[in-house]
Amino acid sequence: MATTTTTDFVSPQPSTTDNYLNNEKGILSWLLTLDHKRIGVMYLFSVLAAFALGGTFALLIRAELWTPGPTLPGVTADMYNQFFTLHGAIMVFLVIIPGIPAALGNIILPLQLGAKDVAFPRLNLLSYHVWILGACFMLLSLVLGAADTGWTFYTPYSTMTETAVIPAAFGAFVLGFSSIFTGLNFIVTIHKLRPKGMTWFRMPLFVWALYSTALIQVLATPVIAITLLMLIVERTFGIGIFDPLLGGDPVLFEHFFWFYSHPAVYIMIVPAFGVISEIIPVFSRKPIFGYKFIALSSVAIAILGFLVWGHHMFTSGQSVLAGTIFSAITFLIAIPTAIKTFNWLSTMYKGRIHLETPMLYALAFLWVFTIGGVTGMFLAVMSVDVHLHDTYFVVAHFHYVMMGGSITAFLGGLHYWWPKAFGRLYNETIGRIGALIVFVGLNLTFFPQFILGSRGMPRRYYNYLEEFQGLHQLSTIGAFTLGMGFLLTAYGLLSSLRKKFDAPANPWGATTLEWQTASPPPYYNFATPPEVTQGPYDGYENLEYDEKIRGYVPTKA
Amino acid sequence: MTDTTSETQSNSETHGHSAPPRGAHEPDENAEAHAPNGHGGGHGHSQYPHLAHHFDSPQQQFDAGKLGIWLFLFQEVLFFAGLFCAYTVYRAQNPEIFVYAHYHLDTTMGAINTCVLLVSSLTAAWAVRNAQLGEKNKLVLNISITILCAFVFLGVKYKEYAHKVHEGTLWGHHFNPEHELWELDSFKAKHPESAELAEKIAAIQFEGQPKREGHGEHEGSGAEAKAPVPKPAALPTAMAGAADADTKVRRIQHLLLQASDETLHPLVAAGIIKHDVLATTGLERPAKAHIFFGIYFFMTGLHGVHVIAGIIVWIWMLIKAKRGQFGPNYFGPIDYAALYWHLVDLVWIYLFPLLYLIH
Amino acid sequence: MAYQFFHCLSSLAAPPKLPDSPFFLLPPQASTISGEIDWLFNIILLICSIVTIGVILAMVYFVRTYGAKSRAANEKADKTSEHNTTLEITWSVIPLVITIAFFVWGFKGYVNLKTMPRDALEVQATAQKWSWLFEHSGFSSGELHVPVNTKVRVILRSTDVLHALWIPSFRTKMDVVPGRYTDLWFEATQTGTFPIHCAEYCGRGHSDMYSRVVVHTKADFEAWKKAEQNKNDSMPPAELGAKLAQERGCFGCHTIDGTPKVGPSWKGLFGSRESYTDGTTLVIDENHVKESIEDPQAKIRVGFPPTMPTFKGQLNDKQITGLIEYIKSLK
Repeated sequence: MATTTTTDFVSPQPSTTDNYLNNEKGILSWLLTLDHKRIGVMYLFSVLAAFALGGTFALLIRAELWTPGPTLPGVTADMYNQFFTLHGAIMVFLVIIPGIPAALGNIILPLQLGAKDVAFPRLNLLSYHVWILGACFMLLSLVLGAADTGWTFYTPYSTMTETAVIPAAFGAFVLGFSSIFTGLNFIVTIHKLRPKGMTWFRMPLFVWALYSTALIQVLATPVIAITLLMLIVERTFGIGIFDPLLGGDPVLFEHFFWFYSHPAVYIMIVPAFGVISEIIPVFSRKPIFGYKFIALSSVAIAILGFLVWGHHMFTSGQSVLAGTIFSAITFLIAIPTAIKTFNWLSTMYKGRIHLETPMLYALAFLWVFTIGGVTGMFLAVMSVDVHLHDTYFVVAHFHYVMMGGSITAFLGGLHYWWPKAFGRLYNETIGRIGALIVFVGLNLTFFPQFILGSRGMPRRYYNYLEEFQGLHQLSTIGAFTLGMGFLLTAYGLLSSLRKKFDAPANPWGATTLEWQTASPPPYYNFATPPEVTQGPYDGYENLEYDEKIRGYVPTKA
Repeated sequence: MTDTTSETQSNSETHGHSAPPRGAHEPDENAEAHAPNGHGGGHGHSQYPHLAHHFDSPQQQFDAGKLGIWLFLFQEVLFFAGLFCAYTVYRAQNPEIFVYAHYHLDTTMGAINTCVLLVSSLTAAWAVRNAQLGEKNKLVLNISITILCAFVFLGVKYKEYAHKVHEGTLWGHHFNPEHELWELDSFKAKHPESAELAEKIAAIQFEGQPKREGHGEHEGSGAEAKAPVPKPAALPTAMAGAADADTKVRRIQHLLLQASDETLHPLVAAGIIKHDVLATTGLERPAKAHIFFGIYFFMTGLHGVHVIAGIIVWIWMLIKAKRGQFGPNYFGPIDYAALYWHLVDLVWIYLFPLLYLIH
Repeated sequence: MAYQFFHCLSSLAAPPKLPDSPFFLLPPQASTISGEIDWLFNIILLICSIVTIGVILAMVYFVRTYGAKSRAANEKADKTSEHNTTLEITWSVIPLVITIAFFVWGFKGYVNLKTMPRDALEVQATAQKWSWLFEHSGFSSGELHVPVNTKVRVILRSTDVLHALWIPSFRTKMDVVPGRYTDLWFEATQTGTFPIHCAEYCGRGHSDMYSRVVVHTKADFEAWKKAEQNKNDSMPPAELGAKLAQERGCFGCHTIDGTPKVGPSWKGLFGSRESYTDGTTLVIDENHVKESIEDPQAKIRVGFPPTMPTFKGQLNDKQITGLIEYIKSLK
């Protein structure tokens, strides 16, 4: 495809007047836009704002755990419980779930596909507005006496506590629809808006990942929606479905909750696989190894992900048979995930590896996600999980996957597509230092938590035994390191926005379609509809770096 | 998913649909490429005023919309599936509360509503055909009938709800039925002998008490649960009371032993008496009966909300139809609305037997 | 702060007060199943470490060996095949076999954990916000006392929300679900005291739902039972009250040093005049303390949440008298 449709390829200074960022001015032109790129940008900054808020709560949690018992003046056990509830709810519902699909996906997916927009631009905008509404309800909960149920909203605690559970649950309910709309839009877009020559197996792996994610979003999110609605109704009217005092069954809530929330884990991580699959071949200058496997394993993971929710409940009193089935299928998921890792490594083999910021994040992802993945083994083994369930081991495991996996990939993708989305090159030095600090902070924060957990530290504890203090303090130091890494990274990226447009169309020498239009892209994405004649990672040898424009151009014949 | 076939075709040159070939207007697109994002309606594809800029042909736009609405319907099905799961779990664990409670529902009303919705589904499907053929007047008529049916449905539902509020057959702590099972006409009509037996037992069980008002007792274990008459404190009376209770139980069990299995079965199935006659000391209400009404109100309520949403959609369609916007090249919205309406209908088709017609 | 931190680091290196486990990553082994579970844990740890280190080493090696000089150099990657069926099947099958082995071992251990022994000593455990109550052999106690080398089955119930009983040293854990009974079993293999935690989030006092399991020798267990019997019979009321307050988790919410926690502090409480949410004020006397224990929602002190659970039926008159006398003694 690098050989076709190369209108903007060579122009070092892309058009500055008619790109999507400045073809219209004024706040309303943003808030009411139907352009997928603008919606993606709004999502991006909203998600980053939510990330800052969720991160603040994380730091408060870690600071509070510096000593056993009360540490920060004025922070009571109740407040601590509210902190971790808000931290979890914000990070899950407002940051990680929309992070890669709705923010990066919205900007990139139609470009990568060669489409002019997503299939339903109005639904796309609605999805963003609904996200804002959901976020407002979350904040409302914060104002009205934040929920203290944990992000899991387990009954009957959630129906009994006096904190503002309903706004938080309703916020999550509303956010679910935002997620469903995005997923629905992506599925239809991928099915119906591919240009000529873009067959299924010529789609970039990021598109495949978003497709798998969208399937989960559409099929699993309604279940959490109805569950949260039941919770709200239970709390408001006392219908007795989940309330043991009325003969209801709290374990049923756990089943409903995890039926969504386990697939939701894949909503969070599968797009990250997609981002990594984009970055590694481009920065290794070599086509990805095992394309079809990576593409289809995302779908397989998405489907299997629906059948493992019970592995969150090995100690809940579900039957041994159920536990066994859930455990077995859980192991099945491990296989495609492991193979993806091997495929990424093989892609690097005999490549020519460039270590700019996106690749640093991809390497950090490989490292950290492997740890997150293998520690999942401990938790999938039923007898060992009985010991480790609801301890810091679990906390460490899912932070290695969510934080180390999803957020690292999100940051990698953000740096990778930043020149495309905003038309500016970020400061590479700051980016690299930021990536390094994030990587160190991440491991320092969460590695000690494995040891804490397996040695006997339960999660969601305000107070703890003195023997655990050393490890807790290491973790706290790590958390603040991580925070500084994020601040530095944010500075590096945001400060580039003051510059004039200076990004070339193709700074990394990638061959997917988004790099064949200008940076930033024009409002209609492509001057002429692209036509695809080869795979997404073919043709690196036909590109050549031009130092003058700091980007790649096709090799002159 | 009939769409997958048409979807693969949409990438090849030939379309195989009745719509005009794609790309007829592509040369014009560069001209409008710099236009502000005025998507609304008539720009660009002047031949097709309702074709959005990012689609190449009405057919592609219609296919996309169709796939979208199907996905939306999947999502809706899963939304309701959560409730059906809750229903299944409680039905499996406590079958008697479902048998008990369904006598409190009015099957006739439910049947009327089923018919009303079926008719509306027919007119909705008809409306799609009208739109495709561009028959404006018939389209308006069919949409109007659909809306009318939806209102009738809600009216009947309102009557049912009002009746339940009056009868006290509500959820959770509000469950406080005015009438016991054997006092219900629906039960009497179906199992006259069982009702008669229950009346006799009730007469013994609540002997010497003022007419029960049916308030405040959850497990209806009769006399001692709630005694509006102040209890005499003296010991002899209390002992007499105990002896009295003993004879009552014996008389009740005597009645039960005499009754045939066919007579007993409906009462056992509804959890009114225990399966083991000798363990039965009187009539009682199944303990979790209120959960049925929790589920009933939640499911029918959520369905009702979908009906209301449907009405709003249909009114919008009516306005568009009156303006004459639909025709062979643009009938997607009517098609999507009809699909949605069929789903609403379908959910009710499941709800009706699951809630009203239980054996 | 820094001093504290290094002090703690050094305390980390020093063995903790508990009898130490053979493995740094795990708490002491004190039940029959711990050995089996720890063995599996360590096998997984070994294999996973090999995989992780392998991945990291490969990554570092590739970056060093195949690192590009600069963008401007325009180096081309070597041509390698884009997939290799043998390789891909190999690295699919090997993890599959390993995970099947993990699964089977985990399954066996799980069945063992979930199969209740028949001839076990039975203990009834009640969880409520935020304390444990263990009842066996006619006694109740906030701590779990068991004899060593004896199978013990703990039957769990909750009076309010979800809790979970976790004894790290025994490697067993079970959710306590309101509205149904759950259970777990263990057989302690060494005497001593081991922590009990609540592992399912239950609100404000979740982290204070700390208790201990005391494993006695069989002879000691009999002696403990006898002593308990005597103590309950002959202890001075205030002392009995102090013991009960400790055992029943009163200190999860009340202090004796004058600082209010979830509930008011007991120091100087008795005889003071306090105001209540219904607008009344009241001098705290014996009857009020009794009422507060048995029907805590009857009168709610201004400035405190109405969260105390009832202890009606769990404490007899003698025990309530003991608590009253104990509170009285806290001048």
